[in-house]
Amino acid sequence: MGEYLHPARPELTKGEAAVKELMSGNEAIARGADEYGVRLASAYPGTPSTEILENIGAKYPRIKAGWAPNEKVALEVAAGACYGGARSMAIMKHVGLNVAADPFMTLSYTGVNGGLVIVVCDDPEMHSSQNEQDTRNYAKFGKVPCVEPSDSQEAKDLLGEALQISEQFDTPVILRSSTRISHSMSLVETKERVEGPRELGLKKDPLKNVMLPAMARRRHPVVEQRLKDLAAFAETFRYNQIMMGDEALGIIAAGVAYQYAREAMPHASFLKLGMVWPLPEKLIRDFASRVKRLVVIEDLDPFIEEAVKLMGIPVEGKELTGLCGELSPEKVEIALTGKSSSVSIGGIDIELPMRPPNMCPGCPHRATFTALKKTKVYVAGDIGCYTLGALPPISTLDTCLCMGSGIGIAAGLDRVLGDLAKGKAVAVIGDSTFFHSGMTPLLDLAYNGGSTTVIILDNRTTAMTGAQQHPGTGYTLREEPTITADIEKLAESFGFKRIHTVNPYHVKELEQVIREELEADEPSVIISRAPCALLKTGRILPDTPLRIDRDVCKGCKACINTGCPALEFVKIEKPAEGEKRKGYSTINEALCVGCRTCFEVCKFEAIKEAQ
Amino acid sequence: MSGDRVYNVLIVGVGGQGIILASDVLGKVAARHGYDVKKNEIHGMAQRGGSVSSHVRFGKTVSSPIIKMGEADVLMSFEQIETLRYFPYLSRNGKVIVNDHKILPPAVFTGQQEYPPDVLSKIKEKVPDAVVLNAADVAAKVGNPRVVNVIFLGVLSTFLDIPSSVYEEVLKESLKPKLLEVNLKAFHEGRAIVAA
Repeated sequence: MGEYLHPARPELTKGEAAVKELMSGNEAIARGADEYGVRLASAYPGTPSTEILENIGAKYPRIKAGWAPNEKVALEVAAGACYGGARSMAIMKHVGLNVAADPFMTLSYTGVNGGLVIVVCDDPEMHSSQNEQDTRNYAKFGKVPCVEPSDSQEAKDLLGEALQISEQFDTPVILRSSTRISHSMSLVETKERVEGPRELGLKKDPLKNVMLPAMARRRHPVVEQRLKDLAAFAETFRYNQIMMGDEALGIIAAGVAYQYAREAMPHASFLKLGMVWPLPEKLIRDFASRVKRLVVIEDLDPFIEEAVKLMGIPVEGKELTGLCGELSPEKVEIALTGKSSSVSIGGIDIELPMRPPNMCPGCPHRATFTALKKTKVYVAGDIGCYTLGALPPISTLDTCLCMGSGIGIAAGLDRVLGDLAKGKAVAVIGDSTFFHSGMTPLLDLAYNGGSTTVIILDNRTTAMTGAQQHPGTGYTLREEPTITADIEKLAESFGFKRIHTVNPYHVKELEQVIREELEADEPSVIISRAPCALLKTGRILPDTPLRIDRDVCKGCKACINTGCPALEFVKIEKPAEGEKRKGYSTINEALCVGCRTCFEVCKFEAIKEAQ
Repeated sequence: MSGDRVYNVLIVGVGGQGIILASDVLGKVAARHGYDVKKNEIHGMAQRGGSVSSHVRFGKTVSSPIIKMGEADVLMSFEQIETLRYFPYLSRNGKVIVNDHKILPPAVFTGQQEYPPDVLSKIKEKVPDAVVLNAADVAAKVGNPRVVNVIFLGVLSTFLDIPSSVYEEVLKESLKPKLLEVNLKAFHEGRAIVAA
């Protein structure tokens, strides 16, 4: 049993820190891909993982890199590259691994050739996600190893370790990051690129790579033995380390939770894990025997805690830290000691209006929702900026389950409710989400029939994650021209007869088209197409502000209820004689880009072009 | 700021105000000066006009990338009520730098709720030496409305133990040459606010 009394990395001195580079975890993973000889990286954008492939695209031309339509494709492309001997990576957010779960589970059986790392970024607290699932469960489920960095330097280093483990044990490896690792910056030492060890080429190996039942049956015992070998490897893996301090309290932690615990309890003893699956049982027993109180500090599920309990070792964990939301230094301190040692200045007791995210001024989704709201339909939504259509004052989106779900949900409602839903429900889905996982449910709709109306909100980008290219934009990750997938032709080839393309800023026209299609007795597709208001290319917005004649404005709030941040309702505090209005609307000319959505809903001609 | 002490700066405001850029520069400045640095902010949904906070921590060795509640040495806020949202992060002896600027949240611009009154005086009651500035006015004086975040960095720099030459170096490396002069001017206008 090795004795790990020192951190793997010496403390920084003033002099050393100056030669290192400040990088986010995502930048460091991208840098690591270049340094450790990765030849191919594939991803679908998803917060907090997006910047990894963006950085690879922008900075490391030696790596073949591109946006995949979805995470399943990303992992399959990476699998092919690794079968060919290349070090490769697939990158996704936590829920992306659900999409890629099918290839993931069986890749565990085939193993790799060149190293394959699946980078998965969890989102404790759901800063930008629909659930709080814990990727470590997938490592256990798929019987593959999982490494977890606690800062940017480790994010880069552990990618290198993961590639090596992948090749040594013939297994895909998960590198689990989280929002607070991916989006935190810390100092990183950079190195030169080293190529992977495998020779590139087509290598036929059907017994290993064709997972027919007979072959898979031979691979399963290999997977089980591999897991045992990996558990033995974990005992001496240098990123699993004991750092003895005060023996009264021993903390087992990994990732950013380790940093919180270090911050809150600097004098405690630590077992810091760089590999969270499989776990090093001897090392854990050794640590447990040397401390009086043993606690696991981990975000999300009691993953390490339960494994330690299965070893028969008494340990505390989630009963102290809770299962929901993310940890923080003060939460960890309060969990362990009952109070925080920090002295806050305290709050100021004023009720604060919330500041939720909102669609931007000129957003084409606002125009589409303005038309939709008038029809008062049930809207089966999807994932993208337009999910914000659920928030007031728009409040016109009724479901958001997962990527690509809206079309299927609308179809299910239509089929089971019949006349109860006829003409009263639609699906909305963005362009990037449509290419991700909306094409197959659309095919279902054409195939199985019904009368569902699908509105594809085509804003020519993947907007929510910061404007990434996709197969419908005409450009690749590296802004090279490519094909532009044609949604109309796709729908036509599926057999749709009712296909309309509308400019959403023509709100009244769009409303009319929606009403007609709601009436129709067969499924239809409406493509509501206008580029995202933040895009500089292909711009159709005039970028000249409108203004409101406050004397003509009746204060009806029709414009205000579009929720545009460029509009403001000004209350009339001291009404003049005969004044019936409670207030009137104004336009902030610095924010208005002239989309005319408010103009379209004003019944009193109060809104005019700026002079 | 000496010994093993870690210094904590919390920068807050509304998506689109240049908060991330300001904290990037501060992080680089601290690293250039020889400190260990960690910084964190939330991207994603928060960008769409939502509330944004960026934590910057530097010292001999920094563990957590986020500031412990009650341990911010400086709370620098680009918008009035955002100061209040993050106020409990401030330590008892912490400094406040606040922009005399309101950005109306949806519930306010749609007329559902009032923007809270007297925010600045309530901050002053708690922190009498809070620096209140109208960054838009200063930016107009400098001649570019987009330098608000660098004006704030100038103000902040007077509270930190890092020479202004380090900020100038980092600004030189981070900005396009044609924007450098106006930003350096903005930085020094910010410093002058506290000196005055």
